[in-house]
Amino acid sequence: MSLLAIRELVVRFGSTTAVDRVSLDVAPGEIVGLIGANGAGKTTTLRVALGIERATSGDVDLLGDLPAHQRRRAVGYVPQSLGLWQDLTVAQNLAFVAAAFGVAEPRLPASLAGSARVAVADLPLGQRRRLAFEAALCHAPRLLILDEPTSGVGPLERSELWDRIAEARDAGAGLLVTTHHLSEAEQCDRVIILLAGQVAAAGTIEDLRTGHHATVVRAADRTTALRRLDTAFPAVSLAGHDIRVPGAPLATVATALGDLAAELDTAPATFDEVFVGLARQT
Amino acid sequence: MTFSLEAVVVRRHARTDLDHVDLAGRAGSLSAVVGGDGAGKTTLLRTLVGALTPSAGQITTPARERIGYVPASSGVYPDLSVAENLRFSAAAFGSRGEGRDMRTRELLAATGLTDARDRLAGNLSGGMRQKLAFACAMLHAPDLLVMDEPTTGLDPMSRSELWRLVSIALGSGTAAVFATTYVEEAARADHVLVLDRGRTLVSDAPAQVIRDLPGQVVSLPGATPEHPSWRRGRVRHAWIATGPPPSEARAVEPDLEDAVIVKALAARMASLPEPLR
Repeated sequence: MSLLAIRELVVRFGSTTAVDRVSLDVAPGEIVGLIGANGAGKTTTLRVALGIERATSGDVDLLGDLPAHQRRRAVGYVPQSLGLWQDLTVAQNLAFVAAAFGVAEPRLPASLAGSARVAVADLPLGQRRRLAFEAALCHAPRLLILDEPTSGVGPLERSELWDRIAEARDAGAGLLVTTHHLSEAEQCDRVIILLAGQVAAAGTIEDLRTGHHATVVRAADRTTALRRLDTAFPAVSLAGHDIRVPGAPLATVATALGDLAAELDTAPATFDEVFVGLARQT
Repeated sequence: MTFSLEAVVVRRHARTDLDHVDLAGRAGSLSAVVGGDGAGKTTLLRTLVGALTPSAGQITTPARERIGYVPASSGVYPDLSVAENLRFSAAAFGSRGEGRDMRTRELLAATGLTDARDRLAGNLSGGMRQKLAFACAMLHAPDLLVMDEPTTGLDPMSRSELWRLVSIALGSGTAAVFATTYVEEAARADHVLVLDRGRTLVSDAPAQVIRDLPGQVVSLPGATPEHPSWRRGRVRHAWIATGPPPSEARAVEPDLEDAVIVKALAARMASLPEPLR
């Protein structure tokens, strides 16, 4: 059974439709990534799921019932701002959250053990993020909602934070993660892409990439090639010596280059290029 | 070279924020500075634009008025309209008259902000604000464009738009440097500099960083105590520094993310006392 089941959700603010017939599920033991353009309805969907915002129509089932304040006991949430008390120490922050939920104080993980008496304001960002996870996990929530959980940290720290997130998943929690970045999206078991209030695509990252390509152009006269391609196609960009033209077939690109000498090749689309392709289809 | 930093050291409050860092770029090149919080990215960029004076080292850059800078805060004035922000930047760089008006029209069109010219910058979406910041920094067609985490908070579409604009600038000969916390973004750069607590962890062309990876990277179904590993989607990648990989390992084609993690692991191991390695 799903921890969170959203069916045909519609949310309107006046004449604006923020969420337009969105359906999504989060089951125990899976990490679902919610990816969308700014203003695509991600935050509104989450707010409805948490019972903060009302649905105009559609069904939302949170842990077998309507979203309500009482359900929140079984939901953990880590916002972008992390929601920690800056002036309290690491240990005090955890004690506070544990007391609020009426649970036993959790033990500090090894990576935070040496910083128990450090004020959160003085903690490096990676440790602050780790602490926010521990605080959100201390009452053993069945559903955990994370907003860009590893933004701002370096690559090695990011992978360590994902180890902790996956640990919660492996212990049976369901996780809903909002993100804009491939390095986070690839850690999700499946991802849902929201565009203009609608689900534009869903599946694993590999599924989503299937069928999306870019034509890669290498020209001695990079400047002229770039100018010609940028006039003819959207989202053209440089990657090293190469010019990438997402979503455009090789033959069309060759035509746009005209008499300019260039080598052309087809490559799988990058994560961002998949988005550009989906946005064009919508 | 349009700019170069040689053995630059920045010390502040008894702390070394940058420790003998080198970086250089020629006209039309894109350099990425990668690292987490506290790695020294902003310090490096601020030193490059002349906002910080290094404690030691050599810096060569174009004159201040030939540099465009997009700070992490975007640096646009929220209480001014889009057009007013552009006019203010133009005035600051002493550009006026017909030349300024033409350049402003060009940049408004390129950034898709023409219809938003009278909107207050404070009311723009994150993507539009970032594009405005880019336009303000590019108004005087600088030789060097420096951007501090220009894609933070941007969705993939706004990001693609921004890279399109940066690409056009590169195509016209501007050298660009940007900071990011995401390795995947650095893959498009000609040169990637990874910083770790003010020190250089990696500095090379992305393809070369992958080629120079010590040992080998394999994929494993789960973590093993013998080899350091990290999560890549539903599998783990592990670094086999020396010797044969475990029998359940599968060969993988490492990417820049893997290569940077291996370098970070190797550096971490080298900093441990001998018995713990």
